[in-house]
Amino acid sequence: MTDLAWIDATLRSARPQAVGALLRYFRDLDQTEEAFQEACLRALKNWPVNGPPRDPVAWLILVGRNVALDDVRRRRRTEALPAEEIISDLDDAEADLAERLDSSHYRDDVLRLLFICCHPDLPATQQIALALRIVSGLTVKEIARAFLVSESAMEQRITRAKARVAQADVPFETPGAVERAERLGAVAAMVYLLFNEGYSASGGDVQVRVPLCEEAIRLVRLLLKLFPGEPEIMGLAALLMLQHARAPARLAADGSIVLLEDQDRGLWDRDLIAEGLALIDKAARHRRPGAYQVQAAIAGVHASAGRPEDTDWSEIDSLYAVLERLQPSPVVTLNRAVAVSKSQGPAAALAMLDALAGPLAGYFHFFGVKGALLMQLGRSQEARVAFDQAIALAHTPAEAAHIRQHLDRLIRDAEPTSHRRMG
Amino acid sequence: MLYAFLCYHDEAVVNGWTKEEDEAVLAKRHLVTDKLAANGKLGPALRLMPTTTATTVRMGRDPVVLDGPFAETKEALLGFYVIDCASLEEAIEHARQIGRDEKVVFEIRPVKLFLPGSKVA
Repeated sequence: MTDLAWIDATLRSARPQAVGALLRYFRDLDQTEEAFQEACLRALKNWPVNGPPRDPVAWLILVGRNVALDDVRRRRRTEALPAEEIISDLDDAEADLAERLDSSHYRDDVLRLLFICCHPDLPATQQIALALRIVSGLTVKEIARAFLVSESAMEQRITRAKARVAQADVPFETPGAVERAERLGAVAAMVYLLFNEGYSASGGDVQVRVPLCEEAIRLVRLLLKLFPGEPEIMGLAALLMLQHARAPARLAADGSIVLLEDQDRGLWDRDLIAEGLALIDKAARHRRPGAYQVQAAIAGVHASAGRPEDTDWSEIDSLYAVLERLQPSPVVTLNRAVAVSKSQGPAAALAMLDALAGPLAGYFHFFGVKGALLMQLGRSQEARVAFDQAIALAHTPAEAAHIRQHLDRLIRDAEPTSHRRMG
Repeated sequence: MLYAFLCYHDEAVVNGWTKEEDEAVLAKRHLVTDKLAANGKLGPALRLMPTTTATTVRMGRDPVVLDGPFAETKEALLGFYVIDCASLEEAIEHARQIGRDEKVVFEIRPVKLFLPGSKVA
């Protein structure tokens, strides 16, 4: 790895901690970003010459703060602070700062930084965009590409989001236990949204959105490091890893979605699966089940099946039953119906769908599942109606194409009969 | 003498590597370790999952089970090699070769007791 690549990776991984600490100091997003930017520029100049500092995060914070102070002093025409070239040699000063930063401060700094992006006034997409810009340090161009909007539109969106956050009263004192838990919950939800934005690709080219999933996993790893004893954070991390492990097998060459049961399981990322399963194990020890842990466990059952027919569907059924209790929602019941169709047959599953017709009347997957169940029961005419409704509700060409495959199969199955009649 | 090469690395940086970068580092290391293996000098080697998967059990009158690694450090123990070396000089040379172009830190420790075990991964 070249020096430059290493510096780049280090700046990227140091960013959340350093920006979080600088924000606590400046209490202003723009000033914080400017200071961090300047510190990074100086790192690029300084580190290749003087070697990497022992604690890059502490170095960036110290330099970022000095740059700003330096500016103020220069304006006052007083003496400047020592240049950052000297800082690496000031072992004691650096060690002292590193020690102070090593304490619990980091944790609350990073959490605060993520939390201000979760402002309830901001729509979900703005929360994610803001987090990608401020916490992950993605460029506006990169974010615009992931959201499939123009750079200027994204620039505006982020500027507006920042302005709203700036007006909000961000609490800078150290949070209490209850408040910390609330912040962590909001941040976890935002990271999950970010992942789903990349994973479900609501509209447009799927490939360009993979970085969103990877960024979400990077952030959840960071949360896990800061909050090592939180089973729901372990669950969220496991969930994202297990789902992302399937990414290499999810898309066919033509961009259409490959269903779980049709995926080439040899393409799944075994390392990510192993790590996800290890985290589920760790979380279970706490005996504090939560929605992320249960969803991770469901993904874990799929990941553990060597072939689709090896899937333990009754285990998945009971896990969805737990999820229904923890987080009642028609979508969860729909997913449970799919598990029931595998373990008890399509008729039992179809019966569960009746109650969902109202709440899921505008939901693509509802009609997809309904059509598939009807098809299995040999009720092709009704299946066709359901598939047509699904296509009308599809968000992406890939979704629509997937349903058309079912329709084609219905037509194909119907054809030999008509041929015979004709012949 | 057998030496253990304990690999310490900045975990945030290693986890931030893309798959391609990760594979490039492994491929580079294999150039060195494959030769050692061919000469019958390479013992077991393993790579650990991130420290976030670690659990620490601290024994005492009431054993305590904690989430996370034994020590929170910037550079974490991410794996090790066992290599048969004629001298410390040779061991240090191997470390230089294996870690070439990386920011890895090796702690080289002579092995006191070696139990090969029966589990083949």
